[in-house]
Amino acid sequence: MPVAILLWCVLAYLLVAAFSVGLAKRPFTTSVVYAATALISVVACVTALFCLNSSQIATLRLPLGLPWLGASFHIDALSAFFLVVVNLGTAAASAYALGYGRHETSPERVLPFFAAFLAGMNLVVLADDAFTFLLAWEFMSLTSWALVLAHHRSPENIRASYIYILMASFGTFALLLAYGLLAGPAGHYGFDEIRAHHPDALYSVLVLGLVLIGAGSKAGLVPLHVWLPLAHPAAPSHVSALMSGVMTKVAVYAFIRIVLDLLGPPAWWWGVVVLGLGGITSLMGVLYALMQHDLKRLLAYHTVENIGIIFIGLGLTLAFRANGLMATAALALTAALFHVFNHSIFKSLLFFGSGAILTATGERDMEHLGGLIHRMPLTAFAFLVGCAAISALPPLNGFVSEWLTFQAILLSPELSQWGLKLIVPAVGAMLALSAALAAACFVKAFGITFLGRARTRAAEAAKETDRFSLAVMFGFAAICLLAGILPGFVIDAIAPAVQIILGGHMPHQASVPWLSIVPIAQNRSSYNGLLVFMFIAISASMSAYAIHVLASKVVRRAPAWDGGYPEKSPLTQYTAGSFAQPIRRVFGTLIFRARERVEIPPPGDTRPAKIEVNLEDVIWDVLYAPISGSIAFLADRLNVLQFLTIRRYLTLVFGALVVLLLAIAIWR
Amino acid sequence: MHNLAFDVSHLLAGGLVLVSFMMLYQDRLYALLNVFALHAVLLSLSVGWQAYIQDAPHLYVTALIALIFKALIIPIVLHRMIVRLGIHREIETTAGIGPIMLVGIGLVGLSMAVMLRVTADANLIAREDLAFALSVLLLGLLIMVTRRNAVGQVVGFMSLENGLVLAATGAKGMPLVVEISVAFSVLIAFIVIGIFLFRIRERFDSVDVQALDRFRGDRR
Repeated sequence: MPVAILLWCVLAYLLVAAFSVGLAKRPFTTSVVYAATALISVVACVTALFCLNSSQIATLRLPLGLPWLGASFHIDALSAFFLVVVNLGTAAASAYALGYGRHETSPERVLPFFAAFLAGMNLVVLADDAFTFLLAWEFMSLTSWALVLAHHRSPENIRASYIYILMASFGTFALLLAYGLLAGPAGHYGFDEIRAHHPDALYSVLVLGLVLIGAGSKAGLVPLHVWLPLAHPAAPSHVSALMSGVMTKVAVYAFIRIVLDLLGPPAWWWGVVVLGLGGITSLMGVLYALMQHDLKRLLAYHTVENIGIIFIGLGLTLAFRANGLMATAALALTAALFHVFNHSIFKSLLFFGSGAILTATGERDMEHLGGLIHRMPLTAFAFLVGCAAISALPPLNGFVSEWLTFQAILLSPELSQWGLKLIVPAVGAMLALSAALAAACFVKAFGITFLGRARTRAAEAAKETDRFSLAVMFGFAAICLLAGILPGFVIDAIAPAVQIILGGHMPHQASVPWLSIVPIAQNRSSYNGLLVFMFIAISASMSAYAIHVLASKVVRRAPAWDGGYPEKSPLTQYTAGSFAQPIRRVFGTLIFRARERVEIPPPGDTRPAKIEVNLEDVIWDVLYAPISGSIAFLADRLNVLQFLTIRRYLTLVFGALVVLLLAIAIWR
Repeated sequence: MHNLAFDVSHLLAGGLVLVSFMMLYQDRLYALLNVFALHAVLLSLSVGWQAYIQDAPHLYVTALIALIFKALIIPIVLHRMIVRLGIHREIETTAGIGPIMLVGIGLVGLSMAVMLRVTADANLIAREDLAFALSVLLLGLLIMVTRRNAVGQVVGFMSLENGLVLAATGAKGMPLVVEISVAFSVLIAFIVIGIFLFRIRERFDSVDVQALDRFRGDRR
């Protein structure tokens, strides 16, 4: 029954998409479409919430697709959890777009694909056989690609969408092979059948590698993240929010479904691989983000970082599960899923904020913004909450999930393999470092964008954004706070999903007194978000009160405070580049081969002094440039084949046939 | 009786391979067409024999189709086409006869090596038939590759189809549907290529496919 409702929702999305194809140019269509998708998303989200509570598995088989296979759909607690995440994000994005979408110059390029994209993401999570899964996955990729290409006039967007479609097809290809290996020679494509037949050790390793490539390229694991910071900023902001906040989560779902559910018992070293990748991803993501001055690109790199954190949780799950420590594995998986939820909320919130800034000023570059807190105070507040949440500051939700991850890391001495014992603390250190750097990065993002004085006319003329956008942003900010101070309820809601994967879950948290959360035991560690929130609220108001009461009432006269800027020009302010300089000097010289060149003209010369910073993307240079170079070389060489005579083509076919027959004759 | 069945089908299939070799070195179009007609007759005999020993009357229809279409109608039509195009005096010089024959022998050896090994547990007649059929197919491709004239290529293509039919009838119990589809594919290919010939002719005054390359302006 719930599957049927959700499939009706998917159909409704597709109908909305079809409706918007014809009528996209009419003025009312934008509002109608976004209102419809918001409504459908709410219905789907509520249905999924009920499924999450009921913890039973519902399946449905439609006579579509391959005749002997059909298209099977299912919803278990894991799917339900991800459906909640997906549809919460899509509902918010649709509601946000009620306001934001009015500024769209070419709605006919956005609306149909937007609705279809929502349908695709839901279908991936609902799929119950490999064929349906891959079809939905590719559908999701293609529709999101069309959205990246919505503003197709700028060469930057064309390049972004080109790289995106390449990576997406490559990823789907890897997933196709992974499912092929899972299905085995007998062709078991249904998830139930795959679960019943575990592949042998070698195939399992291959499947793990292929899923890491396939799902990892969609999620943004380093070094497969290259498309993400290009494509996410290129799309309209509500789509960026969905791609960053929600679509990457669908990729995480794919990883969990295949590796933790379908693939069978893990070997202990799988944990090492996933942990290592997660640690590197989180650290590299945040370092890249620190070097960025484009607001949306910075946010996209932070998605990479947070995906790293999620994969650290998943790696810990694999490691503990391989050692039979189910309680700890459940803790790690809960942490990962909690972070999935959190990241989808605050990353969407931040992208909504950047979209509001983009419509108000037309700028994405932080160096051209500044002082927006005076002109857009409400947006600034919501954005600040998002920044604090993503920086993992208590009492917000980001803190809880990272704290849970650390709790799992601190239990690593229970693991029996030395490889794991050594790598887990190292990954913990990386996680701590990336959390700290993320905080620094968001101090930069918020400070440069909203504080200080406006650096350009556009920033000076900014106006507060519309009511729909504000309502959505405040709603998400409230969720950040609520999930932060009442994490026990979220953990309990995740428990059925963890139960279905691991067969066990974290202890029930809602029954713990005073709404604390206790991951392992009361004497070991506990956290009470409400207490922290009360403490912060009370101490902050008390100190504010004290300052007001105790401060001297004597009127002082002084020259206008110049705050270190004796000149009035906003150019003298601290910039994003200068904020990032210390970190660039520490890490950048190694990882980005950062070079700084200061040029000071000799005395008497009136030219301004200049500082030039060169950054190189080492991953691109080492990994991607050789590949694209060799492909270009080969294509150049093979170009000759375009201009052969008919007889030569026949000869080629003939030669290929003879070579293949020879291969059979020799090797069989 | 079993031995006789095997020997005759072996003889006919071997005869097809031999005629394929004969087609390889025909440098006049008329002669090529005549040899092709012989090829088709042999094919229809072979199919008929299969019908007889397999007790499969529908294969007689197949044999009849092969005889009427491939041995009579198509050669006659192509004959008239050659006359109408006025290319009956043309002599095709391809690579030397010696090397082509050597390549052909190599191909037959290859197909024997592949087929006899792959079909180790099939029935004896089917094995031989498949091996010969693959040889005919490869030789047909070789004819197509070595001919420069479009008519020659059409004939090569159809001898390739003959190889397919031989393979299909050698295996027991092939339904007529497939044969009809094969026959139709040949017919359609024939029609298409026939139209193609006249179009080339109209444009370039020649059915030499090199004219196309010259027209494209590059000979790489």
